[in-house]
This record gives sequence, C-alpha cells and structure tokens, in this order.
Amino acid sequence: MRRYFAFLWDCARLSFVGDWRYHAWMTVLTALALTGLYAWCQQLVHGLVTTGMTDQVSWGLYIANFTYLVGLAAAAAMLVIPVYIYRNLHLHDVVIFGELLAVAVIIMCLLFVTVDLGRPDRALHLFRRFNFPISMLTWDVIALNGYLLLNLHICGYLLYCAYRGRTPTKVFYVPFVFVAIVWAVSIHTVTAFLYVGLGGRPFWNSAIIAPRFLASAFAAGPAFIILTLQVVRHYTSHRVSDDALLTLRRIVQVAMLINMFLLGCEVFTEFYTDSAHVASARYLYFGLAGRTALVPWIWTAVAFNLLATLLLVVPSSRGLRVLNSACVLAIVGIWIEKGMGLIVPAFVPTPLGEIVEYYPTGREVLVCLGIWAFGLLLYTIFVRISVPVLAGELTYQRSCGGLPVPSERETRPQPTGGDVS
Amino acid sequence: MNAGERSDAGSSPTGANTSGPRLTRRGFLRKGAAVAAGASAAAAALSPLKDLAPEDVPSLAQFLQKHYKEMTPPEKEAVLNRITREVKDRYGVAATVTDPLPLTGVEFVYALNISRCIGCRKCVHACVAENNQSRAPEMQYIRVLQMEKGSIDLERSAHHYDPPLVPDEASYYLPVQCHQCAKPPCVKVCPVEATWQEPDGITVIDYDWCIGCRYCEAACPYWARRFNFTAPQVPADKLNPDLGYLSNRPRPKGVMEKCTYCLHRTRRGRMPACVEVCPTGSRKFGNVLDPDSEVAYILRHKRVFILKQDVGTLPRFFYYFDERGSRYHEPIAPVLPEEGA
Repeated sequence: MRRYFAFLWDCARLSFVGDWRYHAWMTVLTALALTGLYAWCQQLVHGLVTTGMTDQVSWGLYIANFTYLVGLAAAAAMLVIPVYIYRNLHLHDVVIFGELLAVAVIIMCLLFVTVDLGRPDRALHLFRRFNFPISMLTWDVIALNGYLLLNLHICGYLLYCAYRGRTPTKVFYVPFVFVAIVWAVSIHTVTAFLYVGLGGRPFWNSAIIAPRFLASAFAAGPAFIILTLQVVRHYTSHRVSDDALLTLRRIVQVAMLINMFLLGCEVFTEFYTDSAHVASARYLYFGLAGRTALVPWIWTAVAFNLLATLLLVVPSSRGLRVLNSACVLAIVGIWIEKGMGLIVPAFVPTPLGEIVEYYPTGREVLVCLGIWAFGLLLYTIFVRISVPVLAGELTYQRSCGGLPVPSERETRPQPTGGDVS
Repeated sequence: MNAGERSDAGSSPTGANTSGPRLTRRGFLRKGAAVAAGASAAAAALSPLKDLAPEDVPSLAQFLQKHYKEMTPPEKEAVLNRITREVKDRYGVAATVTDPLPLTGVEFVYALNISRCIGCRKCVHACVAENNQSRAPEMQYIRVLQMEKGSIDLERSAHHYDPPLVPDEASYYLPVQCHQCAKPPCVKVCPVEATWQEPDGITVIDYDWCIGCRYCEAACPYWARRFNFTAPQVPADKLNPDLGYLSNRPRPKGVMEKCTYCLHRTRRGRMPACVEVCPTGSRKFGNVLDPDSEVAYILRHKRVFILKQDVGTLPRFFYYFDERGSRYHEPIAPVLPEEGA
C-alpha cells in the first residue's frame, strides 16, 4: 500500500515537472478550465437559462459534445483490437496512449452530462432509485463508468508494474482488455439507443444511428490518435514508428468509407421518401421556413468528411502531411455531424410543429471550452507520467528504494523530451 | 494547478533518501507564488457561487429526503410541513399543502370537442393561475394550435396567432397538453424514477427527486413537459394557496413540470381549471370507469380520435367532433399568448 501511495505521489509530482513550454501549455489549459468552471458556477446560480436551450430545443451543445466524445473514446478499442487480436506489433507500444485517451475522454463525457443537469446536487439520486433496465440513460451510466473503470485498471496496472519494475501478469489485465473491446462497442450502441428509442423524434428513431455512430467513432478516434502520437513522438523520448501510424490510417480509411456509405443510405431514405418525417433532415440540410442556422454547419461537415475520405483513399496519404490534414478534416467534420448535426435537428420542428432555433450562448461555449481544456490537461498529465514510467526512468527503486537518489537530470525525461503537449 | 518549478523539492515522500529535501529560498518563493496564484484563480472561478439563493442550497433534510414512494406517512407529513413553512417564508402566504391520493375505481380521461373550441386561450391562462407556473418567463402547460382547415399537419399550425377576434373562419383549433398516456415514454426514460404513472392514470413528477436531465422532455411526443430553466417567478398575490405535493406546489429551478389534470382538485371531486374556465364547453373531464360519466358517454357515442396514434403511447386525452353544426358561440376577443394570467 505504501508503495502504491509512493507511485501516486511520484505521478503527482511529475505532472508539475517540465520545461517552460510544458508549463505555459498547462497554465493556458488550467486558465481555460477555470474559466469554464466560472461559467458553470454562474449557470448553477441562475439556472440553465444561461444557455441557449429552451423547452423547444432542450438539449444543445453539452449533449452534442457528449455524444461526439463517446465516439472518441473508441480510439482505445481500435488500437487494442489489432494488437491483441491480430497480433499487430506495430501498435503494441502505443496502445496505452489510446487507453489513456479513453480515460480522459470518458471523464469529459461525464462532465458534459453533469453540466447539462438542472440539479447536479441530486446526482446521487441515481444510487437511490435507478430505473434499470427500463431507462437507456441508466444503461449509459453503467456503460460509461464501466468503460472508465476498465481503462483505469488496465492503464493503472501496466504503469504501476513498470514503476515497480515488474513484468505485468497477463491474467490481471488481458481479460480486461478483451472485455474493454466489447465494452467500447457497447458505449456507442447504448449512447445511440438513448436517442434511437424515442418514438416521438423521427429524426432519431432510425436503426442506422447506432451503426453510423460506430463507423464515425472508429474514424474520429484513431484519427485523433494519429495526431496525438505524432505529438508524443515529437516532444518525448517515446518511439512511435511510422508503421503504427499507417496501420491506424487504414482503420480510419475503412471506417470513413463505411461512415460515408451509411450517411448516403440515410440521406436517400429521408429525401427520396420525402414524407412528413423528413422535416428535421430538411431543416438540417436546407433549412425550414427560412430558418437555416445549421445549414452552413452541416455542409461544412459534409465537405470536410468527403475531402477527408478522398484524401484517405489516395496513396499520397501515406505521407504524414496529407494524412494529418485528412485526420483534422475528419475530426472536425465528425464533430459537427455527430454533435450539433445529430442532436439539434431532432428538436426542430418540435413534436407540435413549432420551429424554434437553437444558438449556444457565450457562457455555454465557455463551459464547453473549459471541459475540453480540462480533458486535454488530464491527457497531457497522463502522457507526461506514462512516458518516463514506461521507459523505466521513474521506478520505485529509484524513487524510494534505498538507492541513491538520482540527480534531477535522471528523474526528468531525456533532454529531447522534457515536456509533452 | 501549475505550481511552478518543483525539481528543487525533495523527491521522496518517505524521507528515505540520503540527502533530504533541499528547499532553497528562491524555490520556496516561486512555489509559494504559484500556489497563491492558483488558489486565487480557483477562488475566482468559484466566486459566482456566493450569489446562490438560500433555497438553492439543499438543507440536510432536503438532501436526505426520500423518494415520494418510499416516504412513510410521518415522513410525508414532515415534508408537507416543511413546504408549508417554505411557502410562508417566501411568499408570506399561509398555504395548505396536501397530498390527495388517487381514488380507487377512478381513471381520469379528458375529451376535447374540436367542433366547439374557438381558440380563445382562456384555458391556457386559467391553468397558469391554478398551477402556480412561473409568470416571468411565463410557462404554459397548454398550447393551442390554430390548424388549417383540411389539414391535421401540426407543422402547418400557427402557435402564436393573435387576431382581434377568434375563431378564425379558415381554421380550427387543437389545444394540446399532457395526454396522460397509458404507455408514457417520459416515465420509461427517467433514470431516477422521478416521474411515474399513478393508479388513476395521471403521470406525476416528484419535484424533489427530479435531477433535471430533460430526457423526458425529449421523449414526449406531445411536447407536454416543461423545464424550469431558471427559478420560477410567481408574485405572492397571485399564488394559489391550495397546494398539492405532486401538482401545483411551488417548484424549484432545474426540474421538470407538466399538467397533472389538476389532481389537487380532481381527486377531491372538482373539475380541472381548464375545464371550468372554458366558455364553450369544449372541455370534458371525468372518470372513464364510471359508465354514467360524461366522458364515458362521449367515448361511446361521439366521433373520437387521438393525436399521433402512430407513436403508440395510448393517451387518456381524446379529441372529438360533433356530428352536425360546429360553432355555438359568438366571436369573442382571445387572450394574447404573451399576456399574464
């Protein structure tokens, strides 16, 4: 137990150590996170009236970000599957970065749901009356928290073993890795079912939402990881091979193609049928009764997604510059499409046919920025800690094992990588 | 927080290292400054909380209060007394807070005659006055749709009509409120069972249990639920002091509310406020299990339909029309949607 606390203490200590760029980055993120906290405190005082949400459009930017981030958490599974099932060793050394991303992203998801609550002070009511298995929201509570715990366990165990200089015992983590793969699929499916199960919202009430969720998640998640790994490679001593990135490229490529195909299926069904059910989709893509708030957004997303798909299928995306552009386009395109593009149109028009548009307020945007900053802050710390720990530069032996205390230079990462961003 | 350069500090929490912590004066000052900056930034971020209204901070009794269905009679008594006290403190009104229980052998249904309704919106405002909805911004449980004749397409309805006189000859009117469905999707989705269907068919909300996730609002196909986006404002002289725990007692901010068929009235043999105020007799209410009731007669003999039958929620709210003739009422001035009750 004492050793475990020493581990936690060393991790906490290490998260404050870095060069000026690391400190500047962390300071900016902290400031943004605190600004978001400030805006949320204002929301607690005045109520959700500080947001752009109304009785007509009762979910907005918070739930949109939540939905997107559930997808991002899939990144872990998409790294784990090639390594543990197909024995693709290119990705072996980077799997943990995907799992750490999942931890940070799920925490962001939980924060986005919390800030969306009218009465966060009553969140504990979930422990006292839990409408399981009837309410899909209770399923989502279990799915998300379970996924968080699984990934926390896997990462924590591997890091702690490295810290103690032991070889991880397979039975303590490999079964959890396989459970986590299935669980990763479940978090999307369950989150999609949140929306799909509502008969009064024809825009959501479609079986294709869950498969589209998975396809876009498996594109956006690994795309994010491709970018992250390059940052890790640039700023730390951790080695990431180009082969690892190219393996991920193929995953993004296939997922993106499937995603575009499913989008086409949906668009065809809606617009060729042209029934009354098409109103929300028409609002999203073309505007309804002169209200067009989402139209520029969704066409940006369509353009980005198409361009990303195109870039990913041409051979030149084996070059990192083209690949990175494609990844950024896919991440932003899917963020719009799986966020605002999925949530808001379902509320326009309302079930009684009223058209009220939704515009997020500045405070709402600040809360979102704050949560994103906090998530990045967490992820930066995770990477900051895990790189030296996995490299064996920070161990219990060195820290408090009676060996001479290493000089400052030794406990800190190699000169090439004093910082992570 | 970003506590500055820490490498000067001792690296061992156990003190097992040989050299011991080295803490220079400069390092100490820098660290201290960083900690102070961090602490003050965190305090600044939390500073809006000092404006929290006292009633927004739950007391221990409120925090530990049980779910409505788990309360024992003495516990419920204590809660009702607490609410009476709160109403007294906040509005200076001596209210009676009760919890009338569903009556056995009673299932309430509503029937609305669209041949007669003239779209005057008196029901909307009688409801607001009876049920103590927020006046600023005004919350309304009933939405009257002005429909194009020849169309049942809700998307072509006018929600904010305000001609000098109603009815408009080219339209008919379709008032919508909670349909008290027998298969309520709002109840299904609630993660904490804060809303449920009572044995007399009324779907209610425990305002002290709702966490404000608004999933029920997304699930409702009749747009019948409302959320308190801010603390409801009811002037003290407008407060209806006849309060029911599950219906019209003052609500806190951040929770859902909806039509309860005025259960504090109807479970005591009175009519809902909207029925009472209707100048045309378009609104009928009663116990469908009683074969002699007016609603039972209407369901047996009139041309009855339900709205959005395709969503399959089995509403207890029926629309009907007369076989012949339509308007029984002289034109009168409507109440505008923006006007207070």
